[in-house]
Amino acid sequence: MIIDKKNTDKTKKRLVLGCGALVYDLLRLIKQNPSLSDKVNLQCLPASWHNSPQLIAPGVEEYLSENSHLYEDIYIAYADCGTGGALDRVLEKFDAKRIEGAHCYEFFAGTDVFEQLSEEELGTFYLTDYLVKNFNRIMIKGLGLDKHPELFEVYFKHYKKLVYLAQTENEQWQKDAQQYAKDFGFEYEYRLVGTGSLDVVFEEIDIQPLEIKD
Amino acid sequence: MMSEEDDFDLNDLDDKELVEQIQDDLYDGLDAEVTEGTEILLARGWDANDVLGEALVGGMKIVGVDFRDGILFVPEVLKCAGAMKGGMKILRPILAESAEDTSLGKFVIGTVKGDIHDIGKNLVAMMCEGAGFEVINLGINNPVENYLEAIDEHEPVIVGMSALLTTTMPYMGVVVEEMEKRGMRKDTHIMCGGAPLNQEFADAIGVPAYGRDAARSAEMAEEHVLSLRKKRDHR
Ligand code: B12
Repeated sequence: MIIDKKNTDKTKKRLVLGCGALVYDLLRLIKQNPSLSDKVNLQCLPASWHNSPQLIAPGVEEYLSENSHLYEDIYIAYADCGTGGALDRVLEKFDAKRIEGAHCYEFFAGTDVFEQLSEEELGTFYLTDYLVKNFNRIMIKGLGLDKHPELFEVYFKHYKKLVYLAQTENEQWQKDAQQYAKDFGFEYEYRLVGTGSLDVVFEEIDIQPLEIKD
Repeated sequence: MMSEEDDFDLNDLDDKELVEQIQDDLYDGLDAEVTEGTEILLARGWDANDVLGEALVGGMKIVGVDFRDGILFVPEVLKCAGAMKGGMKILRPILAESAEDTSLGKFVIGTVKGDIHDIGKNLVAMMCEGAGFEVINLGINNPVENYLEAIDEHEPVIVGMSALLTTTMPYMGVVVEEMEKRGMRKDTHIMCGGAPLNQEFADAIGVPAYGRDAARSAEMAEEHVLSLRKKRDHR
């Protein structure tokens, strides 16, 4: 499904082009509704763009320029993700849609819950399944904390709390997240929020109503 | 094992070589070496302003270019900034003594309400200080009142706002509006920055100057003050 770059199978009407950090969640949604796999071609762009959001809009544009003509419609499994509107300008060009919201933490938790969490403690750092699973690579190595642990203060001086917004129930990840909070000296909260509004990328494609389970 | 490079003496270098070495050490984030080089230049009778401008700011500009080009990343830039801070610590008291004649004026800067990203904002603050501004850093999560109070208290030539989140950047517009209402825009220039921003956004909220990076922002701030002075001198 992911490798069908040229969409040789013309029955797949919709392209879902997503952030690599969402690939497991998107695949799980498709698995729960097998009929989707006949209609959707799922493609993912590098998850590492998360920390270089200036690459997202040009990357999406490049992919769509080559492939958009192969589909009836296009959904982008991204929020704004710090592109400051640049992604929306690309989407307009290709008549494509994206998930509403500023970032995945917001669309996973839902805007109300996310706002409430920020209000309770602005100095909150959020984890998702993806970030827990890749914590060492993205948070420790990615921020250079493995080589320069003294930078911790520079990054996290203003943070007090870690909230794990879980997509699935996984005991090991809960333990890991709690340990990361402890290592950072943060308060810890766990919330099983599921995939939130991620499923909109599949909406209106199936007669069967989507059943979202974790 | 010590390599030859480790035990060579900065004192052996001539001025030009030493400035280049300080820039290299700053690039490599070597705190102690940058501090030592700064001290040597001062001991050789260099003016503190020249040490700052040529060695430290000059070095940080190279860092800025390589960051923009994707050769350096945030952790490395932070190590460089740390090394620059070491040199600034020595220069600051010397510069303060002669501040009257060299200062470009006051620069108030802060991250807007709801946002606690501050790495870029602090870099801009450091480069503006390096350019000759007296910087008043309001920190993070600043409601409009903080900016207004700081303007009343310090009468800065420039107010700078930073935002890294799509959700917090529109708040800059609120600050601009309040400044407008209070007639503060006449005497206070406004600058804004942060990765998701661009000139178009700045135009939309009525901010005259968008700074894409620390070095360029400091230059723009300096250009603004110099052009003000020119206008004043003409009158
Ligand atoms: C480092 C970073 C962090 C650090 C922040 C450390 C700190 N003390 O600031 C940490 C890891 C803590 C962090 C946390 C979060 N972050 Co963050 N972060 C980044 C990252 C990777 C780099 C930002 C940075 O420091 N860049 C380096 C500096 C040098 O560049 P800069 O900030 O752009 O500043 C330069 C210019 O813009 C300009 N400038 C900046 N300010 C000003 C001001 C003026 C007046 C002027 C003239 C110029 C100017 O000059 C600066 C120097 O050259 C960005 C992605 C990116 N590449 O932008 C995400 C990013 C901003 N973060 C993001 C998010 C979502 C978060 C979190 C919510 C993530 C989470 N898991 O919880 C939290 C925030 C939580 C909260 N409570 O608010 C998103 C925002 C998405 C959006 N839609 O807005 C981004 C875009 C990543 C992404 N794609 O998802 N983050």
